Amino acid sequence: MKRTLPLILAMITGFIVLISDFIPHWPFGMITSEIEKWFLIISGFALILGQINLIKVNVNKIRFKAEGWQYFIITIASFAIMVLFGALWGTQSNVGLLGNGTKIVEVIGSKPFDYLFDNVYQHLQATMFSLLAFFIASAAYRAFIARTPESNLLLIAAILVMLGNTSLGSFLTGWLPENLDFLHLPNVSQFIMKYPTTAGQRAIMIGAGLGLIGSSLRIILGIERSYLGGN
Amino acid sequence: MAAKSIDRRWIYLFIFLGVAFPLIFVIGLPIEITENTQMAYDLIDNTPAGSHVLYSFDYDPASMPELHPMAKAMVRHSIEKKHKIIFTALWPMGVQMIDDIMEQLSTEYPDLVYGEDYVNLGFKVGGIVTIQAMGKNFRSVFPTDANGKKIDKLPIMNNIENYNNISYICSFSAGAPGIKEWVQIGNDVYKRPVTGGVTGVSAPSILPYVNEQKQLTGLLAGLKAAAEYEKLIGAPALATAGMDAQSLAHLIIIIFIVIGNINYWRNKKKKGDK
Amino acid sequence: MVDFFEVLGIWLGAFFTFAIFSFLYKDNPVYKVAEQIFVGLSAGYWFIYTIFNVMIPNLLTPLSNNFSANYILILPAILGIMMLMRLVPKAEWLSRFPIAILIATTAGISFLRFLKSDVIGQLNATMINPFAGANWVVIVGQILLVVGTITGVVYFYFSKKHEGAFGVTAKIGIYFLMVSFGAAFGYTAMARISLLIGRLQFLLGDWLHLIK
Repeated sequence: MKRTLPLILAMITGFIVLISDFIPHWPFGMITSEIEKWFLIISGFALILGQINLIKVNVNKIRFKAEGWQYFIITIASFAIMVLFGALWGTQSNVGLLGNGTKIVEVIGSKPFDYLFDNVYQHLQATMFSLLAFFIASAAYRAFIARTPESNLLLIAAILVMLGNTSLGSFLTGWLPENLDFLHLPNVSQFIMKYPTTAGQRAIMIGAGLGLIGSSLRIILGIERSYLGGN
Repeated sequence: MAAKSIDRRWIYLFIFLGVAFPLIFVIGLPIEITENTQMAYDLIDNTPAGSHVLYSFDYDPASMPELHPMAKAMVRHSIEKKHKIIFTALWPMGVQMIDDIMEQLSTEYPDLVYGEDYVNLGFKVGGIVTIQAMGKNFRSVFPTDANGKKIDKLPIMNNIENYNNISYICSFSAGAPGIKEWVQIGNDVYKRPVTGGVTGVSAPSILPYVNEQKQLTGLLAGLKAAAEYEKLIGAPALATAGMDAQSLAHLIIIIFIVIGNINYWRNKKKKGDK
Repeated sequence: MVDFFEVLGIWLGAFFTFAIFSFLYKDNPVYKVAEQIFVGLSAGYWFIYTIFNVMIPNLLTPLSNNFSANYILILPAILGIMMLMRLVPKAEWLSRFPIAILIATTAGISFLRFLKSDVIGQLNATMINPFAGANWVVIVGQILLVVGTITGVVYFYFSKKHEGAFGVTAKIGIYFLMVSFGAAFGYTAMARISLLIGRLQFLLGDWLHLIK
């Protein structure tokens, strides 16, 4: 029953959503609208579940003195401070438990939650992602070797697109006469993107789309049960 | 003697300097307009004044360097064309992105009135489910705007029920949910023109939607496209400023790829000789 | 006082930027601290936004403003609490119900959307007359588009062994996929460099005022 009832629920929900696309009238349209509202609320709880789980994992690491456990105290402290600021004084468009934080805004220029977001979180996130620029250069140096015809194609396409995607590409081949315009690097890059790349990506989309359709059907029909977890 | 591999920290240093120097000492390399950017521009340019348009900010601060400049340029274009802009976000931090851009543009266009010329509906979790629900009625998803004001009280939302009242949908997307979902519902179900911008990472997988069926009407892909749009509207800004740095960084990566290949083949030849 | 906090904010941004960049030289405690602050703030941000932008407007406000018209929302609230039971090992099975609804709703919507946009839409877009083009470059491109899509799809058919004529077709498909991956790398490199440009525009502009 613990597995059967959710499967039946999934089947009913899935079929109603599918049918409402073809028969949007009562009752299917109304039920689907209600399911969509429920989806938003349950998704919200799923987000909260994620955060609670994160705290649980970090607390356990501190309790059992896992390697580098001192750093996880910082994680929990940061989480607590952010939640406290948001709860007490609210955010830019929301009021907190202690009001709208007008006095604090007069002192620091924005609510504490927004201040931390703008001046700490945003910079941390942006910098984390900008590290990838360095890693991609290092990875390209190490891994982009012309060994086989396939890797040669990959390498040539990558170099042409990288040059064509910048002003340097326009500068390097800007002198070409009009009848050789097709060799102008930005045009070569556009050609590669518009035709062979689109073809390859389209093949991937069709393949992945068919796979997703198959797995969606398997979920609705109750054949795919991995999302229910173990016993 | 086998060619030694370069310590990766030298590569990091060259990349850092290659990006920093052109930002300080501007070279001013030319920017050419590409077909996809032109298509997006033409869609906005040819939409009559007074039309209601939907902008969806589906990214977070991590993608700001690429998407913020193009978002600012396209919103600026819409404002100049006197479109009525309805903002929404499928990513929670998209709301901050909207606020940031409108804060900047409001100083340049002080006559803009919130509630009449533009409205921020805010963020709703749910991705494709949210987009689908909006297709039936905006009010079922957004009974109030991002500030808690009932949208029925806002003049811009008079007679605006769903996508049928929208001239085009523009999504700035860093992943899922984003422009793909807008194409799947906004264009393929409700037949609204969809355009927008994506990060360079997503671009190859989204470009197939730019086709004869016009699932996407043009697409801005990455910082270069943002620079192209800035050129088209005659307002060079952050994206344009970054193009020289982009060029030099790409050149450095290509040089290192060539060095890597030379090292590999030299080592292979030496092993073969032995 | 606002100016002081504004300047402090920029210096905080610069400090944390270099804290993360220090990882490029070597892993170190400053980087680790910055990383954990990022994780904590991120979780805190999502928590507050879920409460203010999801729970309150979708659940608490309708229930408190007009309970008699919205009492049905008690059901998703119960389902949401059942979702949280995932944290309690003995009651974990209760979370299967809301998960079933979420998964089935997404499956139902995705099935039709992907079928229409990603399969039929893309097949439709490939059914062009490749010889109808403005010039020879377009014609060659369109031929490549049609051939590449067909051979690429053939490559992904693993139920038949890739040998003989089928194998050759699949091999051509791989070549198109390789070009596609190379172009994807080019765009990815552009995207990553753009992120670094954004960081340096902040450091050199907002922090050091070396650029406008």
